[in-house]
Formats: sequence, C-alpha cells, structure tokens
Amino acid sequence: MTSRKKRILIVSFILIGISIAATLILTAFEENLMYFYSPTEIANGEAPKVRAFRIGGLVLTNSVKRNPNDLKVTFVLTDTVNEIKVIYDGILPDLFREGQGIVANGKMKPDNVFVADEVLAKHDENYMPPEVAKALEDAGALNPYQENKVAK
Amino acid sequence: MIAELGHFSLVLALAMAIIQSTFPIMGAAMGNLTYMSLARPAARLQFLFVSISFGILVYSFLINDFSISYVANNSNTLLPWIYRFSAVWGAHEGSLLLWILILSIWTIAVTYFSHRLPEYFLSRVIGVMGLVSIGFLLFMLFTSNPFERIFPIPLDGADLNPLLQDPGLIIHPPILYMGYVGFSVAFGFAIAALLGGNLDTTWARWSRPWTLLAWIFLTIGIALGSWWAYYELGWGGWWFWDPVENASFMPWLIGTALIHSLAATDKREIFKNWTILLAICAFALSLLGTFLVRSGVITSVHAFATDPTRGIFILALLAIFVGGSLVLYAFRAPSTKSGGKFKLLSRETFLLFNSILFLVAMLTVLLGTIYPLIIEALNLGKLSVGAPYFNAVFVPIMAPLIIFLGLGVLTKWKQDDFSLLLKQLRNLLIASLFIGISIGLIFFENNQLKSIAGIVAALWISTTSLYSLFVKIKNKKNKLAAMRIISRSFYGMLVAHIGFAVCIVGITITSQHSVDIHQRMKIGDVIEFSNYQFHLKDLKAVSGPNYEATEAIVDVIKNESLITTLRSQKRTYTVRNMPMTEAGIDAGFTRDIYMALGEPLDNESWSVRLYHKPFVRWIWLGAILMAIGGLLAVLDKRYRLRILKKKIITINNEAIP
Repeated sequence: MTSRKKRILIVSFILIGISIAATLILTAFEENLMYFYSPTEIANGEAPKVRAFRIGGLVLTNSVKRNPNDLKVTFVLTDTVNEIKVIYDGILPDLFREGQGIVANGKMKPDNVFVADEVLAKHDENYMPPEVAKALEDAGALNPYQENKVAK
Repeated sequence: MIAELGHFSLVLALAMAIIQSTFPIMGAAMGNLTYMSLARPAARLQFLFVSISFGILVYSFLINDFSISYVANNSNTLLPWIYRFSAVWGAHEGSLLLWILILSIWTIAVTYFSHRLPEYFLSRVIGVMGLVSIGFLLFMLFTSNPFERIFPIPLDGADLNPLLQDPGLIIHPPILYMGYVGFSVAFGFAIAALLGGNLDTTWARWSRPWTLLAWIFLTIGIALGSWWAYYELGWGGWWFWDPVENASFMPWLIGTALIHSLAATDKREIFKNWTILLAICAFALSLLGTFLVRSGVITSVHAFATDPTRGIFILALLAIFVGGSLVLYAFRAPSTKSGGKFKLLSRETFLLFNSILFLVAMLTVLLGTIYPLIIEALNLGKLSVGAPYFNAVFVPIMAPLIIFLGLGVLTKWKQDDFSLLLKQLRNLLIASLFIGISIGLIFFENNQLKSIAGIVAALWISTTSLYSLFVKIKNKKNKLAAMRIISRSFYGMLVAHIGFAVCIVGITITSQHSVDIHQRMKIGDVIEFSNYQFHLKDLKAVSGPNYEATEAIVDVIKNESLITTLRSQKRTYTVRNMPMTEAGIDAGFTRDIYMALGEPLDNESWSVRLYHKPFVRWIWLGAILMAIGGLLAVLDKRYRLRILKKKIITINNEAIP
C-alpha cells in the first residue's frame, strides 16, 4: 500500500468514526436536554406536556404534606405569583425546607400536578439556585436582600 | 499587620514572576546567558514569597484572625484545628493561593530536576511557567485578595461549609490541583519547543516524566473526589457528571491521550504536532476547569462562593494563553517533519485512533458541560443536560477504544503481520468471551448483556496486556531473568491497563447491579433487603465539637449471623444551622453495604436509604492501579540514568577547581 493510499484510508476511518460519534452524540444530547420552567411559565401553558423538564421555586410555607405510611410527599412551589403542586416519592435532600429555593426534575401530569423524579437543594443555606433566582426576579419578587444572597 | 505582610509577599512574588518570565525568554532568544541564568533564582524566590504568603494565611486561620474577611467567612472558633487548616483552601481566594503555590512548587521542581536540559530550553520552560504565574497572581491581587480586612471585626467566624469538614476534603483539592497545575509543566515544555522552533523529539522525552506525574496526581485527585462524594453526599453515587467533575475529567481524558502520544513521539518520532496540540489542550482544559469551578456560571454542588467578574478574568486568561499558544503553533507546526513511517497495521495506528477517541470523548463531555452556559449567555433560556446524555454517549466511545487498546498492546511498532496477529488474538478473544459470558450467566440474573459486555471488555484488556508480557519472555530460557530486564515503563503500562480493566468491572457491576430502597424505619423495625436483614436498634443523640447529631445504629444480619453494625448520623452544624448526612458504610472487596439517614418523620420514625453496591471499591482500586502504573513509568531507568550520569559529571567538574 502506498503511503498516499494509507493516509486516505486512515483519514476515512477517522471521518467515519467521527460522523458516527457525532450522530450518536447529537441524538443523545437532544433527548437529554432539560429545559427549565418557572411556575408562571407553566401557568401560561409554556411547559411541555410529555417531555420531562425542570421546575424551580420557593417551597410554600405550610405546604409540605407527608403520607403517614410511606415516603410520598407533596408540596407547593411558588414564584410568589403562581403556584404548582409537586408530588415526590423518596427522601428529600438535607437542605429541603419550607421557604427554601429548590429545583425538581420530572413531568407534568394532566391534572396539573408535577411528578418529580428528583428534588435538588443546594448545599449552602444562603445559596439560591440561579434558575430560581431568575424565576423570582421575572415574577418581580426578588427583594434586595435575596439578591444579595444570590450574588454570594 | 501580618496579613498585610502576606499581601505584600504576593506582590513580591509577582515581581519575581515577571523577572522569571521576561529575562529568561528574552535571553534564550538572544543567546544571552546572564539573562537565562535568572530563571532559576527568580523561580525559587517566587516560591519563597508565595510560601510566605500561604504560610501567613494558614497562620491566620490557626489563630482565628477574624479581622481577615476570608478567615471570618470560612472558619469558626469551634472548628477543629485540622479543618481550620484545610479551610485555607475551602473557598475561592485560598484555593487560588493554593493553585499558585502548587504552580511554584512545580516550577522549582523543574529547576532542581532538570540539570540535563540545555540552558536555553530550561529558561523557556521556566519563563512560560512564569507567564502563567503572572496571570494568576494578577488575578489574585486584583479580584481575590485573601488578606482583605473587614471592619467591624466579627466576634466569631461564619464557619467552614460543613460539607467540607471531612478528611477527604483535606487532601482532595491539593492532589487535584497538583494534577491540574502539573499540566502547566507539559505546556511549558511544549511552548518552549515551539519557541525554539526545533521540534525534535527530545522535548517529548524530557516532558514525559513530568506529564506522567501530573497525570498520576489528577487520577488520584479525581478518584478521591469520587470516593468523597460517595460517602459524604449520602446518595450512594460515585459520579454525577456534575460540571465540576467534568471539569477535572476533561483534562484527564486529554492527559491520558497525551501520555500515550508522548510515548510515540519519544520512541518513534511521530505525531509531533499532535502531541504539542494535546499538551496545549490539556493545559487549556485545566484553565477551563478553574474557570468553571470558580466563576459561578454553573449550577453545581461545588458552586459555593462565586463571582461572575472573576469568571471573566479567568476567561480572558484562558483566551490569552490558548490563543497565544495556538498562534505560535500555527507558525511553527507546518515546518515540522514527521520522522518514523508506519504501516496501517501497527501500534502507531491504534495509538492514533485512541488519541482521537479520547479527544472525541472530551468534546462530548465539553458539549454537555458548556452548552447550557452558552444558551444562557445568549439569553435563549435555561436548560441543563441530564446525566443520561453522558452515559449514553460515553459508553459507545469507550467500546472501540477498548478494542483498539487490546490490539495496540499486541501490535508491533511500524508494521505487523495480519495473520500472525489474528492467530494470537483469536485465542485471547475466545477466552475473554467464554469466561465473560460464563461469569455473566452464572452470577447475574438481570442486566446480563451489559454485565457480560463490561466483563468481556475488562478480560480483553487484561489478557492482551498479560499476553504482551508473555510474548516478550516466551523465547527466553530463563524467564525470571528475562522478566527482570524488561523496563519499568512496560510494567507501568501493564499495571495501568489492568487498573483500567478493574475500573471497568467496578463501574459495570456497580451500575448494573446496585440495589437500593428508601424506607420508613423506627426503633425495633427490621427490613429485609437484598438477602440482608437490617435491624434498627437504636437512635441516640450525640454531639461533636461543632455539631449535634442523631445517630442510628443498625445491625446487618445475614443467615442469622451478624455481619456488621452500621452507624449513620444526621448532623446539624450549629453555626450555619446546616444539616449533613454521615453515611454508615461496611466496605468490602466485592460489595459495600451502605446506609444513610434521610429525614425525621412523624411518630419517631425516620426515612432511611439502604444500598447494596457490589464491586464499587473496584472503581477506586482501578484508579489506584492506574496511578501505580504511571509511577512505575516515571521511575523507569531511562530517565534516572541520565540524571545519575549528569551528577557524576558535575561532581567530577566540581572536584577540579
């Protein structure tokens, strides 16, 4: 084999490899993008009906209710304008508290309840997830005190 | 007063860094020996000043000097002294100082262990590392002074984030930084070679042990981080594809490609430009990692204290270093001639393929990590890329890589005979498949296909590696003697590849066969789970130096005999009023039993997580083996012999007055 042929062969191997990889990557990428929606955006009907997405807001005070026999829990997330009910079956993170900003991954059910697969709270009591801060800001609810916390 | 001294010491370090970079690089260009001779003393003085500054910050933490804002924000009188010490790098400013300290440690290591380097080359290496140092010292002095005072002086500090109050976090950041920053040495060598314009292969030989060392530290650092997340976060996970984990993983992927590519450049005078590019890329990714962790642009468990203006500064640094070196590369690279020729069926080909696969793997991780940032920066909405993306993409990229690894290990340099190779490989492949499938069918009831794939991959890597040792000694009479003269770097390769195989087994079995339940429990409850009985014996209050905790005591019983007693705590750190989970883990060679307290529920019961995680230790064991392999290669005689020879020469020279 001449070195020219060899080079062509190597380059074509690499190109084929890269195109397979690219197809694979972009398909997986598209499937796993999780968009973020605030309670207001969900109330406006902007959130997807079938696809999973992320939601964030403050946990409404006195809204956390647990089942007595298992680990099912429901709570209400708010951006101070709109609210959304969330159901979760599992153990909530250490920093999950009423009044705290949290983010949840999951899907909307037709009865307008968000079923969460995962609930995330940040590991710092002063820290607000940036998505939640943005959602609150958009809803006009972020006071300077909280803004300070976000900047931290 | 002493804090101002620390700050002043940093300014002096900056002055030294400027001397360290300007004069030696100019001297090397002009052939001025006096200028070049400034490289070593300037680097050593810079190290001295950075150390003084670092020492002062440590001292301020140990004596609880809360007049320093950084100390007040990250420490507390109740904090045990060892955590006051590690709190030095618990947040942004201090960890940046650690970064610079480690950079100057690497630099003086180069000044001490590179006697055999020509003066002009060493000057350039040290000069380039000085440039990096200037960038980071400026960054520190302008945006992140750790010695800033606050007034009024608080009575007590705000405490270190409880998540960081853990032995794993004392060593994880310094080791990881040793890895990150260590690539600046490889970068320095690459740029020095480009500046010199003579891209012969000697630079590759010189930079190999340094690059290997950095890679070893990075490997251990990442493994430590994974281990820490496993026992500290209480979710039983060992890798989350979190942006900060990715930030350390990307330089590792490129670093792995780099150490292999360097070997090829050193031995066969090929891939010269490609190796240079990988060295630049590895360092760029280290900078990007620093940017991702410290800029506050990402949502991550690591994003403790962050500030966007700092991010812009690091991004500018990144642009200058990467842009500058790529321009230099564009000028110099085309004139390089590749030395060795090789056929399609040769070790070179497989090395090249795997180099590219590592690059592709890095790019997929990069895409998933920074795409959300770009979208957000362009105001196109907020989104995140889920962990399934990384899993879905990474495994298919690793599959050909593993196949090529086995092929590459057995193929000769330059060219090989296809039929001969096939004969060797056929038996190894059949053996791997047979054993792998048998194990999969006998031991696992579900997810058999994936388990078999992982085990076959691991067997393929180990059998081909061991067979390559066998090939070396099979025609020798005295096999033991033959094994003794084989180079350490060969054994290093063997051990590292087997470590990779061990890691694959761990990852496969843990991810396919871990089981967990989340359950309510109160005292006296017994849960049957994964052939074990978990008996919650007691819940009691305990208190530590700076926390109050509830401790659960759980007996684990199998076949009516007590296996172990797990203790898991839910702590509340009093200063920040922050809860933390301490998991109870019974570690074993083939399985971990893992328990974590969830949250207190009504009528005295708690939510509890229980995990059975088979082979999870193998993941970190594999990483340790990889690091040992790297160390064996560093200790190869071919590097040491030259130093020794050189020493004898210098001693002789000194003997003659």
